[in-house]
Amino acid sequence: MNLTVKVWRQKNSKSEGKMVSYNVKDVSPDMSFLEMFDVLNEDLISKGDEPIAFDHDCREGICGMCSMYINGRAHGPKTGITTCQLHMRSFKDGDTIVVEPWRASAFPVVKDLVVDRGAFDRIINAGGFVSVNTGGVPDANAIPISKIDADAAFDAATCIGCGACVASCKNASASLFVAAKITQLALLPQGQVERAARVEKMVAQMEAEGFGACTNTGACSVECPKEISQDTIATMNREYYAAKASSKNV
Amino acid sequence: MTKLDSKIPEGPVAEKWTKHKFNLKLVNPANKRKYDIIVVGTGLAGASAAATLAELGYNVKAFCFQDSPRRAHSIAAQGGINAAKNYQNDGDSIFRLFYDTVKGGDYRAREGNVYRLAEVSVNIIDQCVAQGVPFAREYGGLLDNRSFGGAQVSRTFYARGQTGQQLLLGAYSALSRQIGLGKVKMYSRTEMLDLVMIDGAAKGIVTRDLVTGEIASHAGHAVLLCTGGYGNVFYLSTNAQGSNVTAAWRAHKKGAFFANPCFTQIHPTCIPVSGDHQSKLTLMSESLRNDGRVWVPKKVGDKRNPSEIPEDERDYFLERKYPSFGNLVPRDVASRNAKEQCDANKGVGSSGLAVYLDFADAIKRLGENSVRAKYGNLFDMYAQITGENPYKSPMRIYPAVHYTMGGLWVDYNLMTTIPGLYALGEANFSDHGANRLGASALMQGLADGYFVIPYTVGDYLAGLGTKPVDKNHPAFKEAEDKVKALTKKFLSIKGTKSVTHYHRELGRIMWDYCGMARNAEGLTKAKGLIKDLKEDFWKNVKVLGEGEELNQSLEKAGRVADFIELGALMVEDALNRNESCGGHFREEYQTEENEAKRDDENYAYVAAWEFKGEDKAEELHKENLKFETVKLTQRSYK
Ligand SMILES: Cc1cc2nc3c(=O)[nH]c(=O)nc-3n(C[C@H](O)[C@H](O)[C@H](O)COP(=O)(O)OP(=O)(O)OC[C@H]3O[C@@H](n4cnc5c(N)ncnc54)[C@H](O)[C@@H]3O)c2cc1C
Ligand code: SF4
Ligand code: FES
Repeated sequence: MNLTVKVWRQKNSKSEGKMVSYNVKDVSPDMSFLEMFDVLNEDLISKGDEPIAFDHDCREGICGMCSMYINGRAHGPKTGITTCQLHMRSFKDGDTIVVEPWRASAFPVVKDLVVDRGAFDRIINAGGFVSVNTGGVPDANAIPISKIDADAAFDAATCIGCGACVASCKNASASLFVAAKITQLALLPQGQVERAARVEKMVAQMEAEGFGACTNTGACSVECPKEISQDTIATMNREYYAAKASSKNV
Repeated sequence: MTKLDSKIPEGPVAEKWTKHKFNLKLVNPANKRKYDIIVVGTGLAGASAAATLAELGYNVKAFCFQDSPRRAHSIAAQGGINAAKNYQNDGDSIFRLFYDTVKGGDYRAREGNVYRLAEVSVNIIDQCVAQGVPFAREYGGLLDNRSFGGAQVSRTFYARGQTGQQLLLGAYSALSRQIGLGKVKMYSRTEMLDLVMIDGAAKGIVTRDLVTGEIASHAGHAVLLCTGGYGNVFYLSTNAQGSNVTAAWRAHKKGAFFANPCFTQIHPTCIPVSGDHQSKLTLMSESLRNDGRVWVPKKVGDKRNPSEIPEDERDYFLERKYPSFGNLVPRDVASRNAKEQCDANKGVGSSGLAVYLDFADAIKRLGENSVRAKYGNLFDMYAQITGENPYKSPMRIYPAVHYTMGGLWVDYNLMTTIPGLYALGEANFSDHGANRLGASALMQGLADGYFVIPYTVGDYLAGLGTKPVDKNHPAFKEAEDKVKALTKKFLSIKGTKSVTHYHRELGRIMWDYCGMARNAEGLTKAKGLIKDLKEDFWKNVKVLGEGEELNQSLEKAGRVADFIELGALMVEDALNRNESCGGHFREEYQTEENEAKRDDENYAYVAAWEFKGEDKAEELHKENLKFETVKLTQRSYK
């Protein structure tokens, strides 16, 4: 099939960007969306035009690197998958596809479709962990954990840190990302000791990074490729108020 | 010829590590903060090492080329991690894990290293659980296990089909904590492009900031390369797009020997190639072979729909040929057998390059829901890519390049032949011999980072004294200038063919002549082809844009240039090894039943290659392998 692809081109974080239109020919339905971009880029290179910069690595939906805003939706028209898992069989001959980077002031554009998601790392650095050093920990089976809790913790832990939740949210809130980590560790016995301090520190960092407030519109969870539940945000809020009430912490 | 000293301690295999730990020098706690350690890579090996060293008090600088340390390729590991916990009470032990790994590696790994790996495996699981890694559990609340190829016990711990992700996020959280505490300085989107050496020892690295293009250098008392494997030399592999050999290769060119480069693992269960546009191959975890049955039609060229082929016209070839291990034979054996069936025109699918992996029996036995609970995300991934429903019709799978057992040569302390330069995880060669067993790479990466390097690096540092590295030494400027010149060169060629073109061509040569089966004639031909490709590359490659900006073609140009040189060495190594062992199958050397035929008399050694200068032949050094505990036998999985 033949397609028209309109792509955001921006030389660097300081310059202005604009949409540029390209024709892509002979696209096979078995191609992944990023493979379609590979074809487009090879074509640009052959014409002496600079290829489009975009983030990607694993190309199987797990590293969280790919991040395209396709036809007004983070990771494209299908739910539960990342951009790299989207295949061209989801489009048809003659379609026009509009591709933009994640838009959020906390995620500045670096070049073309590449954005800086360093804010996510800094939120984790602030408290998204259990403070144990290597060595001297108890036997793995010393503390039984109910399968239900372990499975729920796992579901929250599957977040890939892609940022689609932020890109989809009209407030550019990072709540779903933060709540996923808080929920995971709040469900596990290992996370209990620092439970209150963790939520306070992570929420404080989230606010410092300039993400917007959550108004419960739920777009984040709908567009999340790992289908992280919106319930985690309720958990985070509960954890946060409990921590504040206990006032033992920062 | 230099003698390679593996530094394996004397004494019974079970006591070596304990004894060695006692003999290693220690750095006193107050002095640790006087040492700077550079960790390149934040996968399982790098993140665990950086976090642990920082916890001990060292100053750590960590580097990765992705935008976050959490995205290292370890994240993609699906199936699980081995550990000799024997929680299942099914006869496992440290010794059995050791034995299985040495045997699985077709007796081309060091006993001492492998025993240590098995020994610390039990600590890894404890550590991960303490970090909050949500492993799969049983209803009683204890940890669940599954089986992987090459083992008859259930010792694999897992987190649905995302074990690597959960383990890496655990290590990343430990790393993040140290970044927050200021003990680790993290450099994301920063690529190491050269090693800095002073008086023959590693003292720093040169990096390129992938956003601004700035070339800078960093000094340290020791440098740890945790940069992963080089499977992308084949262009198509299950590795992430960015996985590359550059850090290891540039260290090799500075004097670090490269060991067993031709030992590559071709994984039997991957989604087959669908067309020329293909940019990567997707693995279907080995854990699927617990319940999936591999078969092809008995009749040559049978193009019927699988559902129309009756039971007695199907050949479950692995179960037939290897009744005691069945579908769970090691990867090299499973891959070769799939190729054999396809070569005999029994392959399925439109290309004929695939075999079936069938879950019909498992679904009948366990119900669709149980199968979904175990493998749901893998089935979804398959459906996503192929557009077919694996709950209804069997998966089609074919072998693909997956892992590289070869890597930088290291001694028992994980030090390369360059003092102060270490290699951890997939970047080294040490523990898997000629074939890695499933679920053992995650184990090795974390063993190296959490439990080996924190002991061994101290021994080296204690001998150095606490003086800071002189950042004004001319070696830094020299190395930086060299990197700058290389960048300029790439941009000035202004040829006609893209970097990807060369990568794809190289991949084709490697797959055809140095892939699942190799022979002297093909390898000799490949040597010539690679030489021509290299010449053409340096004349005609086209890299657009500038050096002082984010430039993905430029990044890739450096990586592909290194892959081309590595490819030549792999072919040389494969040609040198006149035997078949594990993943290295030389067609000239096989048993009557088409199994790999080793030559222990002449090839029970590690081949370690020394770089002798651009376009010069590399020199081979041999480290003879001593087997004191395990008896060398023909591997049998019948
Ligand atoms: C699809 C797939 C599934 C797998 N499943 C399993 C499994 O179930 N069980 C198992 O045991 N093993 C599995 N493996 C193998 C295992 O995942 C890897 O061998 C292991 O994770 C490698 O870890 P590592 O830390 O050595 O390297 P990686 O995780 O590859 O990390 C490399 C790091 O080095 C950095 N880097 C590289 N070069 C440079 C440079 N020049 N400058 C700066 N940084 C650099 C990268 O940014 C990255 O941070 C699987 C592999 C694949 C491909
Ligand atoms: S919560 Fe979902 S959308 Fe947000 S970063 Fe995690 S995986 Fe991506
Ligand atoms: S490239 Fe890794 S999730 Fe898409």
